[in-house]
Amino acid sequence: MSTSATALNSGPKIAMRRQALVLSGLLSAASAMLIGSMLAIWLQFRANAPLRESSDGSKMLRDWLPENIKIPEVATNTMMLTIVITCIMVQWAVYASRRADSKHTTLALGVALLTQIAMINAQIAVYLQMDIGVRDSSYTTMFYAITATMTLLIVIGLGFTLVAMFRSIAGRLSDHDLIVAHAVYWYSLTVIFAAMWFVVYVQK
Amino acid sequence: MTAIETNSTMIASTSSNDSGLSIFSAISEWLTTTSHQRIGRLMVSISLLWTLAVVAVGLLLGVERISSSSDLIDATSAPQLFSIFRVGLIFGSMAPMALGISMAIVPMQVGSQVIAFARGALFGTYLWCFGMIIVAVSYIGNGGPGGGDRQMVDLFLIGMGVVIAGLLIVSASIATTALTSRRAGLTLVDAPIYVWSSLVTSVSLILTLPVMAGALIYVAVDHTYERATFGATDGVNAWIGWALTSPQIFLFSIPTLGVLAQIVATMTRGKQPLRGGLLIGVGLTSTALIGAVTQSFYSVQFDSQFADFAKSLLPFLMFNALPILGVLIVIALCLLAMKNEKAKPSAPFVLAFFGVGMVLTGMIGNVLLRITDLKLSNTVFDEAVLVYVGYGIVLSSLGAIAHFGPRIWGRKMPTMPVIGLGLIGVLGVVLAALPYYIAGFTDQPAARITGELGNNSQIWNSIAAIGQAIFLVFLVAFIGLVFKSARSGEIADEEIFETVSANS
Repeated sequence: MSTSATALNSGPKIAMRRQALVLSGLLSAASAMLIGSMLAIWLQFRANAPLRESSDGSKMLRDWLPENIKIPEVATNTMMLTIVITCIMVQWAVYASRRADSKHTTLALGVALLTQIAMINAQIAVYLQMDIGVRDSSYTTMFYAITATMTLLIVIGLGFTLVAMFRSIAGRLSDHDLIVAHAVYWYSLTVIFAAMWFVVYVQK
Repeated sequence: MTAIETNSTMIASTSSNDSGLSIFSAISEWLTTTSHQRIGRLMVSISLLWTLAVVAVGLLLGVERISSSSDLIDATSAPQLFSIFRVGLIFGSMAPMALGISMAIVPMQVGSQVIAFARGALFGTYLWCFGMIIVAVSYIGNGGPGGGDRQMVDLFLIGMGVVIAGLLIVSASIATTALTSRRAGLTLVDAPIYVWSSLVTSVSLILTLPVMAGALIYVAVDHTYERATFGATDGVNAWIGWALTSPQIFLFSIPTLGVLAQIVATMTRGKQPLRGGLLIGVGLTSTALIGAVTQSFYSVQFDSQFADFAKSLLPFLMFNALPILGVLIVIALCLLAMKNEKAKPSAPFVLAFFGVGMVLTGMIGNVLLRITDLKLSNTVFDEAVLVYVGYGIVLSSLGAIAHFGPRIWGRKMPTMPVIGLGLIGVLGVVLAALPYYIAGFTDQPAARITGELGNNSQIWNSIAAIGQAIFLVFLVAFIGLVFKSARSGEIADEEIFETVSANS
């Protein structure tokens, strides 16, 4: 008897189960909406701030950022560059993971972890250099609220990196989806941070 | 041969311990479960308790408003009670009931044995539950928006943050399940319409709740430290008030459309001539989210310059009228399918249909509310919109329980009592809300129990209080019927288990 005659047809194709990737997309959307809404309120307050003369008297400025507050631009620009480096590292992790190269995946995630810690360190440095109190003015209250929320999102991302790295160290070569999901979250965090950096630190 | 002698006293003691252990393990199993049905039932059960509490508060406020000289409630507590009625109905009842039913049903409908990130879903449910407890405690301690106790207002803001986090996690779990856990060959377009409505709701909440969280963070930081920028205690309502009214509340009503369409699909054996129209109808209702994320209300004034009128008309129609179009499309297509198939209405259909009807009435009321010339804002009209939409969602959710419940616990619910109770519930909603539509036109102020309440306010307030009482009785009776049916109802036949994934 022919085997092929009795064999069952192959079953339907199994649906893709990229749950981590979808969850990461949803988390990114929620993070974007969170910071987006805070930036919208920030811009609304800035637009409604009263006008005052600039120190040289040449133009009128919105009286939003108190004159005595100086934003440390070196630290804030370094943060922006650092998060871009994080993106490169997480993409390296994706590249290595696709080739089932556990060593390089772990290395890339480890470097990404260091850059993320550096970002948090830079944020603390910004707070220390600015030396302002939360209750000093509307600006300072809102400044701490939005930057601390952004830092919280970075800490969540750091946790994600730790999970991905430990799984990579443990030799889970099938975790490519998780590494991709991790990368998606960090790409979106980079875009979100760039928006916040531009509005809060550059435009002030 | 080995003989094992067992002391009879020891057996008794062991069995008694077993029974103790079995109760403990049963509780522990429920509390640590990863079964989507159990988590969903847990969420729905707690939300039903919240609904009972909220309707009782509504009844209390209704009775108090019958006479402006009544002193049933301390005048200073009244704003807190009005606030807890609104917050409790939206975040204690409407949202979790919609999400809880989705959590129990969606995995079954997509052919998955588990919900995506089940532990996450359970954690989200707990976060929501404890967040609501924190909110309730803060209200009891004179917190809440406009509350007198500073620390309790802080507690309220923290509680709301926890509630939002919980609902977000649950929404993410449901959306991921609908997107990734469908059985092989089942596309999203072919999935049961209830799955589609659950997905749209979850994604809408994932996009709008963080916006509320953003405002909440600012208000909380300001309230804790500076208390000037965001208006301190009184600013809470000003900054998160948009999330406690229309169009945001319309997002919680999207699953009601899915429930109705799903019940009709079961009645018509999945024969829907314009299935694409149903998907569009459900999707159109979610346009409310665009209005919500802008944290604004879109009004129109007819008695104004033509340029101003034309400028405000488009956003007014888009954010207030488009969701109505979505609901009308779904109702029309459901009725068309029933007419084509000559289907007889089932018991859950009665609840689901009238539930959607109440939501639709609330949406139409919202359109009137946003016409500035009618001067309905800050009147009880706004409260009536909330009652129509909120109680409509409760009615529809109970319809979903009557429809899907037997597929979960394997016992039928009796047809006539469900229909009878459903009609009593509808009567309750109409009596609780319609008088406030009328009283809104007589300028009865919102959230006030003393002073001048408008013409014939005593009549309207009395009828509304009766409506609240009827709805409360209906709720208690329906919950009793559900428990009775689940324990000792007629065993469901095999056929109904096949219809859980009936396509529409």
